[in-house]
Amino acid sequence: MTRHIVPVRTYVSVYAVLIALTATTVAVSRIDLGEFNFIVAMTIAVIKAVLVIMFFMHVREASALTKLFAGAGFFWMAILIVFTLSDYLSRGWLPLGQWWR
Amino acid sequence: MSTIFEQPRVEAPANYLNVDYGWKSWLFTTDHKRIALLYLFSITAFFMVGGAFAVAMRINLASPRGVFSADTYNKLFTMHGIIMVFFFLVPSIPAVLGNFLIPIMIGARDLAFPRINLLSWYIYIVGGIFALWAAFDGGVDTGWTFYAPYSTTYSNTHVILTAMGVFVAGFSSILTGLNFIVTIHKMRAPGMTWMRLPLFVWAHYATALIQVLGTPVIAITLVLLALERILHAGIFDPAVGGDPILFQHLFWFYSHPAVYIMILPGMGVMSELVTCFSRKGIFGYSFVAFSSIAIAVVGFFVWGHHLFVAGQSMYAGTVFSLLSFIVAVPSAIKVFNWTATMYRGSISFDTPMLYAFGFIGLFTIGGLTGLILATMALDVHLTDTYFVIAHFHYVMVGGMVMAYLGGIHFWFPKITGRMYPELWAKFAALVVFVGFNLTFFPQFLLGYLGMPRRYYSYPEEFQVLHVMSSAGASILGVGYVIPLIYLAWAWRKGPRAPQNPWDAKGLEWEKAPSPPPTFNFDTLPIVTEPAYNYSGEPEKEEPLAGEQRGDRHA
Amino acid sequence: MAIATHNERLRHHFDTAEQQEESSTLGMWVFLLTEIMFFGGMFGAYTVYRNMYPDAFASTSRFMNITLGAINTVVLITSSLTMALAVRSAQLGVKRALILFLVLTLLLGCIFLGVKVVEYHEKWVDHHIPGPGFRYDDARYFRQAQILFFLYFAMTGMHALHMIIGAGLLATLIIMARRDRFSAAWHTPVEMIGLYWHFVDIVWIFLFPLLYLIGRTR
Repeated sequence: MTRHIVPVRTYVSVYAVLIALTATTVAVSRIDLGEFNFIVAMTIAVIKAVLVIMFFMHVREASALTKLFAGAGFFWMAILIVFTLSDYLSRGWLPLGQWWR
Repeated sequence: MSTIFEQPRVEAPANYLNVDYGWKSWLFTTDHKRIALLYLFSITAFFMVGGAFAVAMRINLASPRGVFSADTYNKLFTMHGIIMVFFFLVPSIPAVLGNFLIPIMIGARDLAFPRINLLSWYIYIVGGIFALWAAFDGGVDTGWTFYAPYSTTYSNTHVILTAMGVFVAGFSSILTGLNFIVTIHKMRAPGMTWMRLPLFVWAHYATALIQVLGTPVIAITLVLLALERILHAGIFDPAVGGDPILFQHLFWFYSHPAVYIMILPGMGVMSELVTCFSRKGIFGYSFVAFSSIAIAVVGFFVWGHHLFVAGQSMYAGTVFSLLSFIVAVPSAIKVFNWTATMYRGSISFDTPMLYAFGFIGLFTIGGLTGLILATMALDVHLTDTYFVIAHFHYVMVGGMVMAYLGGIHFWFPKITGRMYPELWAKFAALVVFVGFNLTFFPQFLLGYLGMPRRYYSYPEEFQVLHVMSSAGASILGVGYVIPLIYLAWAWRKGPRAPQNPWDAKGLEWEKAPSPPPTFNFDTLPIVTEPAYNYSGEPEKEEPLAGEQRGDRHA
Repeated sequence: MAIATHNERLRHHFDTAEQQEESSTLGMWVFLLTEIMFFGGMFGAYTVYRNMYPDAFASTSRFMNITLGAINTVVLITSSLTMALAVRSAQLGVKRALILFLVLTLLLGCIFLGVKVVEYHEKWVDHHIPGPGFRYDDARYFRQAQILFFLYFAMTGMHALHMIIGAGLLATLIIMARRDRFSAAWHTPVEMIGLYWHFVDIVWIFLFPLLYLIGRTR
């Protein structure tokens, strides 16, 4: 209730940045950068998400606890994806059949 | 402890039970204690249904040729697993004892979201209806793990309906966990700092973390499973380019941490029982507290040990195997600390403590055999044998059900305001222990000798061990029925319980009457001492000024 | 802290309005945590298959309508702005602005869903819906493409379902706001549903590059 009220200008500037980033990511997707296409697109997406979380969802001025829970979600999703990929990426590293005979 | 019983009174003072009697006052209640009782009765019903399936399985396995057909047997073990895991073990201690006790233990009037608490019970019931509908309309035969592509392509049983039931019940679990997390963070009484919380609350906080982080993944996995079964797009079907192991990854991302949902609350109960009946503070409070959190977190890094022989990369398997050994450390810390707590304590052998002894022994066996299974080379031999069955029944039944029964007996005076007959209770605890070991120890031998799980028939040389197991199961069944009878009797006719029949520490015993009034306390408590202060000594270190306050403003 | 002014909003088991509001906020974030994990399962499946079949993936991304996807991204980000402004109006207790911004948010949400319907219709016409009727021109990738379209529909469909639920919640908020249920002192539902709406926006912020943009140049 005693919460700090964010001025409209902040919201609008964040919005402008979000739109600019959207335009950038669409533009970059038309240039062939090889694997960097993926990296650039995901970096921009992460920046956009962080902007929304910090400003629109008021995590910037929220308690440490809220920040912890917001971060935990992404951390746990990373666990899910990284450990699942650890299986897929390491399948068939060594041609075992030839190795031990 | 018979001397402390009060003379029977005609009318008990106003409490949460006698405040209102109509059916509406139960079905529309937002009182966490009444919701806990709603859960208690529905979970007991599901336990009996799941138990009936187990009885049928053990009857079938008493003879090598089996009694039922292979198809029927497939359905029996599937429904036994689904009902017991999703409708008994996952909600058992959190939804009954946790619901009842957490607000009282931290000095709150209710959970943070009482209406969501009631909603979670209704969701649980809806999920249960789906599962029972599937069970009694032909059943499902995929095993409780729903492995694809059998479940998506080949099984012609009620896969989608059952998956719906589990999906829906999952939301009940999520809401319970959410409620616990917020309650423990925001509703603690003045003076109830984190390091003064009863370890039961710590264990439930860890459980709640797993519930909110893991359960959504199985929800979406089951949605994908159901869509795949309808569309046959091939996402889990190796015949058309999908990968069935992906299903196993997603499934066990929840279901491995879920086995900690099924044991952590039991560990919480244990810490309460061991301290009370040893008349000693817990040995190494912060180790026990943080080992709960460690189990919850590390528990998310080990799921791959279910996939050792499924086709998972052996490098990932090695990592998962090593991490599985690490998760044994916090569990061992707990067992050591409970034993150290009992050391030189003045131990009394009341019924709850008998269950606690059972828990320590059986959980240790279950946990150590878990290490054997986490060793990749051994697991190749033991995967999908009765060794696995025996291992997780030692943890789930020997651990969780023992703790559940111990907890029910311990807090029965608080919940009902009555005492149960101690002699019968001790007898039942003994029967449960004997029956349990006779049922499941032979299964270790069976598994070691190579008897695979989920088979309705077996070579004749296994019959002796199987008959031992079936005989043990009937003893175990009796052991479960006896408490049902005398607890039901004691609820109506038992002698009135005083506020603190065990002379135990904790707000639920020291500040709340038996049974508690609707808002738990006559005057809101202020906490001035650490948990389990049985020696009566003051706190060694003064807590910091900020910590002193708790999160609640006095 | 003015307890007396909003006592009627204080539920019996809380001590102070602050405690009640903090509990709601924390509860909402824990709920969003579960939502992240819910979508996380699908993002995991997506990562696995994109990594397994990169060529098929490049092949299917030709059929994603990047223009409609980009339009929808802008629409949804704009709706997040109006939602943020709605929450701001609620904090200030300005009823007319609150209703205006809520209606705008709802409208933008409906536009998003409308565009989504157009896109789904395109897929329907092209026989790109997974299942018995699925067809794919490039025979090399027929099977893989079906899996990837399955993921496309699962992810965008689950997102759209969240949008529909969000639209329902917004409609409820508008009704509540018209009935003067909110004040500068108490407007927790607006804040909570705002958080939910922004979360749904974030999911789309990731879905758009993953499904539409990456792999276009291959």
